[in-house]
Amino acid sequence: MGVEKILFYLFAAIMLASATAVITVRNPVRAALFLVLTFFASAAIWLLLEAEFLAVALVLVYVGAVMVLFLFVVMMLDVNLARLREGFARYLPIGVLIALLMITVLVMIVGPEQFGLAKFAEPLRHDADYSNTRELGLILYTVYVYPFEIAAVILLVAIVAAIALTLRRRPYTKYQNPDEQISVKRDDRIRLVDVPTEQRK
Amino acid sequence: MIALSDYLILAAILFGISIAGIFLNRKNVIILLMAIELMLLAVNLNFIAFSRYLGDTAGQVFVFFILTVAAAEAAIGLAILVVLFRNKRTINVDDLNQMKG
Repeated sequence: MGVEKILFYLFAAIMLASATAVITVRNPVRAALFLVLTFFASAAIWLLLEAEFLAVALVLVYVGAVMVLFLFVVMMLDVNLARLREGFARYLPIGVLIALLMITVLVMIVGPEQFGLAKFAEPLRHDADYSNTRELGLILYTVYVYPFEIAAVILLVAIVAAIALTLRRRPYTKYQNPDEQISVKRDDRIRLVDVPTEQRK
Repeated sequence: MIALSDYLILAAILFGISIAGIFLNRKNVIILLMAIELMLLAVNLNFIAFSRYLGDTAGQVFVFFILTVAAAEAAIGLAILVVLFRNKRTINVDDLNQMKG
């Protein structure tokens, strides 16, 4: 049993165990942290598949940005956990049943008879000076340049949508009105009062 | 030697776990979003495995796009969640019935 196989089974076990923990733990904060562990383990498996750029991007973008956003929202919201857990035990049998059914069907489709080593031999490892980033960049900026730009627009739409959704005007906040500020007259602000002078005795 | 089917079965099990997660946590929107992220991860694993075993980099490009769309989806989903919580003080799916659908 080679070291590759040991690494594969190790990280696959971590990935499946933490994915199971994501959907079963009581506390959403712990679920988010287990999701981080799942992403780490799958990044390691992507490294085994020689997708180095995407593995690093997964750690940076997902663990670094998306999961921190998740944690931020989970910790910001004050949720009633007991009510959200209602029906967990009731749906457990049907959920497990459907998951097992789905896994069985999928394994029958993608099992070793169709995609085993006999049909798809493991390709040779690339040399040490092979750059996955260069390979990906060469195809991304030529063949897939228009989809790449669409992806950029999607991200822009996401930024605008997230800001537009969460922006709110509080009624009790004081704002400046420049129109009123520049059209103000002297009489609006200054009042001359005629104070009678008192004689000192 | 790791076969292509090993990676595909791993992705299939991960997909099954996330399906179970949607059934088990059908009241909690946050866990539902996390289960969707898990599903996308399983699909990405399929893409990358096929990309390596078929010797075609295009699979990795599609993973790149899926990551982009998933990040956008997570950002908008969480923004909707925050607005929802601000207006109704709950994230329980059962309480989201004002549209009477």
